[in-house]
Amino acid sequence: MNSVLEDSIFFGLTLSFLSYFLGDFLQKKFKSQIFNPLLISIVISISVLTIFNIDYDSYYNGAKYISYLLTPATVALAIPLYEQLNTLKKNYKAIIAGILSGVLTSLSFVLVMALIFNFSHAEYVTFLPKSISTAIGMDVSSELGGYVSVTVAIIVITGIIGNVAGSGILKIFRITSPIAKGIALGTSSHAMGTAKAMELGEVEGAISSLSIVVAGIITVIGASIFAGFM
Amino acid sequence: MKYIKQFSIILFISFIGEMAHHFIKLPIPASIYGIVIMFLCLLTKIVKLESVKETGDFLVKIMPMTFIPAAVGLLNVWDIIKVSLLEYILVTILSTILVMVVSGHISQLIIRHTDKKISIKNNKIHVKEARSHE
Repeated sequence: MNSVLEDSIFFGLTLSFLSYFLGDFLQKKFKSQIFNPLLISIVISISVLTIFNIDYDSYYNGAKYISYLLTPATVALAIPLYEQLNTLKKNYKAIIAGILSGVLTSLSFVLVMALIFNFSHAEYVTFLPKSISTAIGMDVSSELGGYVSVTVAIIVITGIIGNVAGSGILKIFRITSPIAKGIALGTSSHAMGTAKAMELGEVEGAISSLSIVVAGIITVIGASIFAGFM
Repeated sequence: MKYIKQFSIILFISFIGEMAHHFIKLPIPASIYGIVIMFLCLLTKIVKLESVKETGDFLVKIMPMTFIPAAVGLLNVWDIIKVSLLEYILVTILSTILVMVVSGHISQLIIRHTDKKISIKNNKIHVKEARSHE
């Protein structure tokens, strides 16, 4: 199976697109958050690769072309951000305080958990950049001596949680202000949370985009300080 | 052609972001430089909103799809993670929820506080106006 698929560009692309489309179809049909297109796509793709014993590399050979769009898509987040400039100016205090408290919570919680579970230093710093965007998180983790591939996995799982459960969590904990929703999603679960924020509304999406940038930069500084605590 | 032009602008800014990442030795990826550069370009009107709007909206809409390959890559680290799976998952889930709740509530509190102040201010003005009418 692998020898045929190894050279195929369209196998990985088709699998990713079809499974995402199926997830979107199911979500529209059943109107339930459990049928999150991203989650469905991940589950189906992993299942197909495992069941048919196909190498990740054979899949990635084609699927990588989708990942290439992540940078332009992130750049494009500046557009809704610019459109919400007035909201931004009016609420800058709440926005900065929210993001800063979120980053500090993330770093301190990881420290406490690392102490409770008796993590090694390498495991601890692997978790520190868990809430920020993958590209920054990888650099922070490798800089501090963490397991980079595990950091990526944790960041992705964090993003999936934010994307799938985000709107439910916001509802349960009564976070109703659109600005606060955006900060919560962007600060806790980076671009994947922001994708959900975009669905919730323009203000949510714009503020969430801003949170990725600000939380990412604060975490770079914060993680290097926190790395010295354990 | 309109979309080609819009996409070219977005790609070009992504490219500048890459160059910035290459030459500035900070752990900041191309995409973060890119979003800041695009925002500044829009702010200074170097790039007009209508020259990037539709293609930008499209890219933002398909953004979740761009995470699929990385997420499927969980397969590759499964053997490393499964040793302490329960602890890892617990820390990840709890911290995600906690960060969401703390950052959301703190900003919500401040927003409500400022809105209250503004409405009190407006009320005072109303009262003054009402008195002056008397």
